[in-house]
Amino acid sequence: MAQMTMIQAITDALRVELKNDENVLVFGEDIGVNGGVFRATEGLQKEFGVDRVFDTPLAESGIGGLAIGLSLQGYRPVPEIQFFGFVYEVMDSISGQLARMSYRSGGVYNAPVTIRSPFGGGVHTPEMHSDSLESLMTAQPGLTVVVPSTPYDAKGLLISSIRNDNPVIFLEHLKLYRSFREEVPEEAYTIPLGKADVKREGKDLTIIAYGLMVHESLKAAEELEKEGHSVEVIDLRTIQPLDIETIIASVEKTGRAIVVQEAQKQAGIAANVVAEITERAILSLEAPVLRVAAPDTVYPFPQAEGVWLPNFKDVMETAKKVLTF
Amino acid sequence: MSKKNNNMFDPKQTLVEIEEKFEMFQILNEDGEIVNEQADPKLSDEELVELMTRMVYTRILDQRSISLNRQGRLGFYAPTAGQEASQLASHFALEKEDWILPGYRDVPQIVWHGLPLEKAFLFSRGHFVGNQVPEGVNVLAPQIIIGAQYIQTAGVALGLQKRGKKAVAVTYTGDGGSSQGDFYEGINFAGAFKSPAIFIVQNNQFAISTPRESQTAAKTLAQKGVAAGIPSILVDGMDALAVYVATRDARERAVNGEGPTLIETMCYRYGPHTMAGDDPTRYRTSDKDSEWALKDPLVRFRKYLEAKGLWDEAKEESVIERAKEEIKEAIKKADATPKQTVTQLMDNMYKGEMPSNLKEQYEIYKEKESK
Ligand SMILES: Cc1ncc(C[n+]2csc(CCOP(=O)(O)OP(=O)(O)O)c2C)c(N)n1
Ligand SMILES: [Mg+2]
Repeated sequence: MAQMTMIQAITDALRVELKNDENVLVFGEDIGVNGGVFRATEGLQKEFGVDRVFDTPLAESGIGGLAIGLSLQGYRPVPEIQFFGFVYEVMDSISGQLARMSYRSGGVYNAPVTIRSPFGGGVHTPEMHSDSLESLMTAQPGLTVVVPSTPYDAKGLLISSIRNDNPVIFLEHLKLYRSFREEVPEEAYTIPLGKADVKREGKDLTIIAYGLMVHESLKAAEELEKEGHSVEVIDLRTIQPLDIETIIASVEKTGRAIVVQEAQKQAGIAANVVAEITERAILSLEAPVLRVAAPDTVYPFPQAEGVWLPNFKDVMETAKKVLTF
Repeated sequence: MSKKNNNMFDPKQTLVEIEEKFEMFQILNEDGEIVNEQADPKLSDEELVELMTRMVYTRILDQRSISLNRQGRLGFYAPTAGQEASQLASHFALEKEDWILPGYRDVPQIVWHGLPLEKAFLFSRGHFVGNQVPEGVNVLAPQIIIGAQYIQTAGVALGLQKRGKKAVAVTYTGDGGSSQGDFYEGINFAGAFKSPAIFIVQNNQFAISTPRESQTAAKTLAQKGVAAGIPSILVDGMDALAVYVATRDARERAVNGEGPTLIETMCYRYGPHTMAGDDPTRYRTSDKDSEWALKDPLVRFRKYLEAKGLWDEAKEESVIERAKEEIKEAIKKADATPKQTVTQLMDNMYKGEMPSNLKEQYEIYKEKESK
């Protein structure tokens, strides 16, 4: 076991899979000699050669198309989109092509591609670098969408994603890259996709979150505990498909729930969760299921990030409304 | 099209011939001597001094911006040293009514086109007021999405043409940017519509860490214009006179209804890619840095002007002083700008009435902000 940050755990997962399967290829903008702009691929080109780990010309749609083509030749591409804010450049490759490969070939072809990309706010990037655009991906059938919130989860989930035979979008929150370390096994291990994780147990309220908001929710839960509320926090980990079983079991136990997302309210990850709960567990509910989300504007210019991004106080405020309903 | 016997057509040879045609256009050599008498634009003394002034001023602006960033007083910043001739001599060929669609590194051009310096600083700090361009200053805020500005330029140029204006739309990207689909679409659209656009590719040899050679098999980036059917030229981007002439001629063709031009300027970025943690020693050698330092655009232009008796140390000092003073003032103004709020951003989301969801949220944030 070693203490690793999330980015180290990601590098480690890539290394393990490059070693484990000669069909794994890692590529993208500045991921070779430079090791990626966040150093997620640090040392990989040196260890595995330019044949397996290589820079591409600057074009995201090119990277997406290349991944599809390589997968048709039996490779298992793990491309990086330097920032997920640039995903619009590669939308057709992802949603129009990659997601439909199995479907439109009647199952003859599949595309075992894992697209990694950093996203998320709170680190004062220029425009188009921090947006939470995951709902663009969850809206497209054919894609699995993963958002880890801890180093341990990141490694296990990335390995599972790479080994998965279908396209996976793997989103890495910028603020979590180096925010803390934890024990991460050095060997390969997998965490099943589509499985949520109960990060904290409780019996009065369920908070459902993913990405950075898991940590804001845990912080809120701690504060609420001091005020005598026992709060359960579920980390979705995979936002498409949702782990309905874990969510419903928890809500049936607590009778109250809120859903927290960093994305704008109109981007509907939380809305999906709320709908699933009301469809399946309305009779267990003691209060309406509320959402905590960012407001419906474009991601703010960095100077206004602090107020715009949901934080643990917003989570507490909404939690109290539900607890005292 | 004339037909040729297929057996006689040699695709490889054709490519070689096209590529060889793209020789680098130069007027002023590294020693500050005119080596291309015929092409000398014969700028007036005042014009020469003004161009030098702008380059010196901008070098200081770059140095100050870097140190202000290090002190935490500026945010996002992409260094410009080494690219002064490419940026400012191309801008020098423009008129006030021309439009500029810059990339993130092209702040100097829009400042010299009329954007107040404090706005450039506010842009760097991530404040929307920095993007609020004053009336009559025909520029967009620097583009972050590489390539987006290229297609929009085709649109602005077509609009200028349809309105019957004698003006051009000018845009900039880098060597890396020339790999984007948007780049090809932009030059192709402008070519197809024969619209008055100038597309400048500042080839500073690297796209973050990726060397120019890894971007494309094409020997020059200028030759990409051939496929779009538009005039194209490879220019010594460290030579202010050559950049000026290439842009001036492109502008003249454009306003005369002859369509767009693609200009590749060969230059170098001395500093890091941006101030957000880039380390150039990971991907380029100091030998390469020194090799390019010898070609410095300011050094050679200074020599040229000194030989003409138009420039001396005192002049240089006074420009430096003026730059420092104006930068200090602009920072003060930027500091005095009220912090932006989320409700302001909400106000700016739509022209006219807000949609109902946002209206509701507006009240919530107004309340939050009042605390
Ligand atoms: C669509 C898009 N992809 C990637 C990036 C990230 N990025 C910012 S600058 C850069 C390199 C650009 O190189 P070049 O075009 O040569 O311009 P230079 O920075 O050298 O001036 C990259 C990859 C971006 N801003 N937009
Ligand atoms: Mg470049």
